[in-house]
Amino acid sequence: MVALASFLCGLIFGIGLLISGMTQPAKVLGFLDVFGQWDPTLAFVMAGAVAASSAGYALARRSPRPIIATQHLWPKPTDIDRPLVVGSVLFGIGWGLVGLCPGPAVVNLTTLSLRLIVFVIAMVAGMIAQDLWWSRAPSAKAIEDAALANSDG
Amino acid sequence: MASFDPTSALLGGLLIGIASALLMLLNGRVAGISGILGGALARSADDKAWRLAFLAGLIVAPILIRVVGQAVPEPQMTANWLVVVAAGLLVGFGARLGGGCTSGHGVCGIARLSARSIAATAIFIASAILAVAITRHVLGA
Repeated sequence: MVALASFLCGLIFGIGLLISGMTQPAKVLGFLDVFGQWDPTLAFVMAGAVAASSAGYALARRSPRPIIATQHLWPKPTDIDRPLVVGSVLFGIGWGLVGLCPGPAVVNLTTLSLRLIVFVIAMVAGMIAQDLWWSRAPSAKAIEDAALANSDG
Repeated sequence: MASFDPTSALLGGLLIGIASALLMLLNGRVAGISGILGGALARSADDKAWRLAFLAGLIVAPILIRVVGQAVPEPQMTANWLVVVAAGLLVGFGARLGGGCTSGHGVCGIARLSARSIAATAIFIASAILAVAITRHVLGA
């Protein structure tokens, strides 16, 4: 049941990305290009997405447990720490270079675009590299284990 | 520039938000794609079934769109191969180091009013704007 619900959520999420135009790197780059011909699409997509998820989260906070799973796993970290800042800077540079972030990249896989597939392979390699590098620092191990279950996303 | 359509942007955004809300209401999870994918790849992750199922939903979405007769445009990527690889590595590594991406921080985190996620979103949008400004207007790519 948990997996089926996840699948349906992924499906709706993906349809939302497709309808909104966010699977097209040109639309994303158009939003980021504030010194060129600016495309406000991404701001509208975020406004709609934040509005709907805020309403859902407000409901979730009032319920003792999720409908299927046993507990709400709200992200625990609250510090604006160095990994958050450095990671976000690096992520932003990569996002700005081609206009793709993880969701749209995965949704676009069935287009079989060669550049996209190469991007996804590199993205997966970057994630695995971060996992390996992070877990080599012994003091970070406990943080990592906690973060895996409760990361921001 | 592709034409700006506020209706489809809002509608698509609402669907993304509804999916995020449902994942929390049903499964108690945050809909952060880099977290879901990274967790599915990590050696020490909690149950992977729900992660893989969510990713399968994302992959099936364009197939469903085609089945109902709508076109799914191929992503236009004009950057050279080296830039594509570098961008992929930065997106994957950076999103995991920073604890989230546009979905986990930008949508779910802002919806939770998390100061950490609001900071992350401001930082990655600013650095992405800078990257686009340099590649498009300074280097003229």
